[in-house]
Formats: sequence, C-alpha cells, structure tokens
Amino acid sequence: MLKTERENLMDEIRAIAEKHGRQRTALMPILQEIQRNYHYVSDFAMQAVADLLSIHPVEVHGVVSFYSFLKEKPQGRFVIRLCRTISCDMAGKERIARQLENDLGIRFGETTADNNFTLEWANCLGMCDKGPALLVNDQVFTHVKPEDINDIIENCRRRLSPYATQHKEEHLV
Amino acid sequence: MSTKTTQTLTFDKVEPNSGLKAALSKGRSGVLAEIEASGLKGRGGAGFPTSVKWNIAAAAKSPNKYVVCNADEGEPGTFKDRVLLAKYADLVFEGMTICAMAVGAKKGVIYLRGEYSYLRNDIEKVLANRREMGRLGHDIMGQKGLDFDIDIFMGSGAYICGEETALIESMEGRRGEPRNRPPFPVDTGYLGQPTVVNNVETFAWAASIMSRGADWFRSVGTEKSTGLKLFSVSGDVKEPGVYEFPMGITVAELLEATGGSGAKAVQIGGASGHCIPADQFGRALAFEDIPTGGSIIVFGPQRDMLEVAANFLEFFADESCGQCTPCREGNVKLMEGVELLREGRCSSAYLRELVGLGETMKIASKCGLGQSSPMAFLSIVDNFRDEIMGRAAVTA
Repeated sequence: MLKTERENLMDEIRAIAEKHGRQRTALMPILQEIQRNYHYVSDFAMQAVADLLSIHPVEVHGVVSFYSFLKEKPQGRFVIRLCRTISCDMAGKERIARQLENDLGIRFGETTADNNFTLEWANCLGMCDKGPALLVNDQVFTHVKPEDINDIIENCRRRLSPYATQHKEEHLV
Repeated sequence: MSTKTTQTLTFDKVEPNSGLKAALSKGRSGVLAEIEASGLKGRGGAGFPTSVKWNIAAAAKSPNKYVVCNADEGEPGTFKDRVLLAKYADLVFEGMTICAMAVGAKKGVIYLRGEYSYLRNDIEKVLANRREMGRLGHDIMGQKGLDFDIDIFMGSGAYICGEETALIESMEGRRGEPRNRPPFPVDTGYLGQPTVVNNVETFAWAASIMSRGADWFRSVGTEKSTGLKLFSVSGDVKEPGVYEFPMGITVAELLEATGGSGAKAVQIGGASGHCIPADQFGRALAFEDIPTGGSIIVFGPQRDMLEVAANFLEFFADESCGQCTPCREGNVKLMEGVELLREGRCSSAYLRELVGLGETMKIASKCGLGQSSPMAFLSIVDNFRDEIMGRAAVTA
C-alpha cells in the first residue's frame, strides 16, 4: 500500500516514542532522536509527539524552543559549533570563525544551500584547556588552526558522497 | 580524543570497588557518619555539605528516591568533569552507588550535557561492565535487596540546566527553568520524590573517602574546606589542564604550579565567579575565602579586561532562561553598557547606574545564574576602573 510522506513520518515518530516510552519524562530523548534523524523538529513532528504523549503541542514547542540543540528550522547534515567563550576566545577563535565562514561561504547562524552544513556559535564546550575548540555534530575538535578547517569540512563531504559506506552514514548524525 | 591530566590524581590510587566494599561493611548509618566526618562539601562550587544532603534524603520516607549526578558541566572554564568521566567514570558510579545505598535509592541518573555526547558510548560501557560485575542491578555485591541502576540522560545545550532544579525540570521533559527553593530537591525533587543531586567530582570524592577514610580526607585542606579539589586551569598559563590541589591553596601558589605567574588577573569560579586582580593573589581558594567549582581562567598582562567582561555578559545574555526580569533584562543592559565603555561613550553617572543594576540583579534574580551573572562585571569595574573608563572613541 502506498503511504504519504507524513504517514511514514508518523510511523517513524511513533516508533521513536514507543522506544523511549510514551510519557512526559521521555520527551527530551524523543525530541533528541527526532533532531538527530531529521536535523530539526518540524511543526508536524511536534504535533505528532504531543498526540503520542497526550500533552498539548504548545508544551512540546516550549521545550523545543528552549534548548539550543533542538531546532524548529531545518539544519544542515553537519552542524559545526565553534566555541566563543573566553578561553577559546583568547586562544584565537576569531580566526577560526573567519576561516569557517570563508570556506563554507555562509555566516554564523546560516545553513549552506545544499543543506550540508550549518554554522553556529556555541557557549563553552568544556574544552578550555585545548582551545580553540569546535564540535561537528557529536565529534569534538581541539587546538583547531585555520589551516585545519579545510580538512574538517572535506572529511564531512567525503562522508556524504554516494561512495561512503552505510556504516559511515550512520555516524553522520 | 585523549584527555590529558597534568599530574597524577588521587583517584588513580583508589582501588576499584574498595569504597563500595567498605560502605557495605559499615552499613547505611556508617556511611553517613563517615561522609559527615570527612567534611566533604559539594564540588560543583556551591559548597553545600554533602552529608546534610544525604542525611535529609536518607531520613525521607519514600520508596522512590533518586540519586542524580550533575554532569551538565557548562560553567565557562570548567572541564574537570569531562576528564573525570573520561578516565574515572567507574569511580563516579561507585560514589553514586554508595550514596544510593546510604539514602535508600533504587534509581540513579547521570545528566550528561549535550556537548559531551561523544563520551556517552564509553560511559555506557562502564555502566554495562559494572552490571556484569554485580556492582549495579539487583542484589549488588550479593547483598539481598540492594538494588540500584543508573541511566544516562542527555542535555540539549542549556547552561541553566546545571542548576539543580532546572536540571530536574529538564529530566521531567520541561523547559529548564529553575524552581523556587525551598522545597529543595532532597525533599521534593525528580517527579516530586526525594532526590540527591551532586556534582560528578563530589561522587568521586565520596567513593575515595569510603575507601581511604574520613581522617585521610580531613588531613588535607583547611578546617572549613577539607580535602583535595580538582581545578580546571585555562587561559594564559604554560600548562593548561586539570590539577589537583588541597583546598585553601592561594591563587599565587596555583599560578606558580601551573605556569601562570605574571598574570594580571584571574577569573575564579567561571563566568559566574569573581575576577581577582594581582594584588589579591594571596587569597585562598576555599569556601571561607573564594569559593569555587574549580574554574580558573588566567589573564596575562596583555589582556583587555573590558573584552573579558563583554565575553561573559554575552554568555549570560544568551544563557539566561528568561524566566525572571532582573536576569533576562539586566544582562542585556550590562552588555550594552560594556559596549558604551568600549566606544568610550559611557558617563560616570551611567557607570554608577550599571553598578547599581548589577547589585540589584544579585539580590532580585530568582536563581544562582542571575544572582551571579553580574559578578564578573562588578569585580572588573571595581578592580580595573582605570583601564575601562575614558577610552578613545572608536571611529567607525
């Protein structure tokens, strides 16, 4: 039987909710998994989660809008978060920021047109002894130099190529 | 990624599981007495006596108590918990198990900040290993009825969730907005049940104390701040990293040991802490003098203290949960004020207004974030007035 995209999405979200348990205390893990899989939490997804947990969709929206790692608008497959807090700042985060903007062709807060990269500031990543530091999704890079940026981005691109193995694709998120 | 500690930590010398073994032989009241005798205070920075928390939770009558490890290490300049969880997670979980046994909790949660997601798999392995060895799960270490297990709960990028009631709100699937206290989590915590929330390092020391005894712990540190403490040292030092020092060490001694001598100022306790100028480096890092969760950010002579203030205020303006007005609006106003100072356009009268606003935020904000957010600004105005006032106007 043919299913609409929304029906498919509903099935997937239902499976995620069942996995974590359909209760309020599971809301964060559920939203985190949706964010990981779809790179954002859409209005439809928020409504679906609310229905599954029997809470008002505004409750879900309130949570999504509060946490900086949960997004209402689509993000790139790779989210690059550069630490801007004091120790990384003193270690030269500005130069890294400029190189990231130059190499990706976007500013902070933006996503590339191919939806592959989002560039964001992060508050203290807890890598103060190894700054400048940045996260690419869950992966951490420390002592970053401007000349490393090209490698970091190219590495991401390789994992997006059709020749990348399934295994690597899983690690993408 | 490898994590480097700059010296051998005491935790290397604590034999695995020796703390839990000692705890089981001493029994619940024995553990509570030992922790009380050690004088251990919360290592997250607030310095609340650990034994008081544990005693209240132990006395509470509830079949569903919780032990929560606060691994939402978000304070700028703090990274000791990252190192602890990467290298000594087993000891941390041993401490949580000891706490659970002492207070009668069956369920534990480690709230891990989203930024540390990359640690999660290894932490899962440590937990699985403990279950396999009978140190988590049912009838722990063969003791009938001693059940306890630990789940991982991931944060999603919110500094405020390091505040214990905001952390609990987050675990309950809500916005991380702090609650009024009292009631404190030890009475009314996760899902309304008695909940012990301790910092990662506190649990590691609790396990070490059970292993080596309260007398050992008391033998270092000061009368009011006993024992050892981890310090996260970053900024203008030769060897940034995690250090272990006795409580009560002076700022000057710490700088000497970490290669930071010649510094102009040191930020102690992170963005929410105090900025100490060089003439106060004789002061002690202890709860009775300068309390700290261990964040030490060193500023060399070349640093512009106004840039430091601007960086911290930008942080707070972004991380304020927005619930109460003094913090939500105050941090933005202070940030704008710093901008005026940078441009050399701030009158003396307006600077006084800003200081007054900062003082108001300290008493009128709802939680620790708002109460401490103006501290760095105030201490920089106080100690570096000459440096920040009367700047040459910036020509655009």
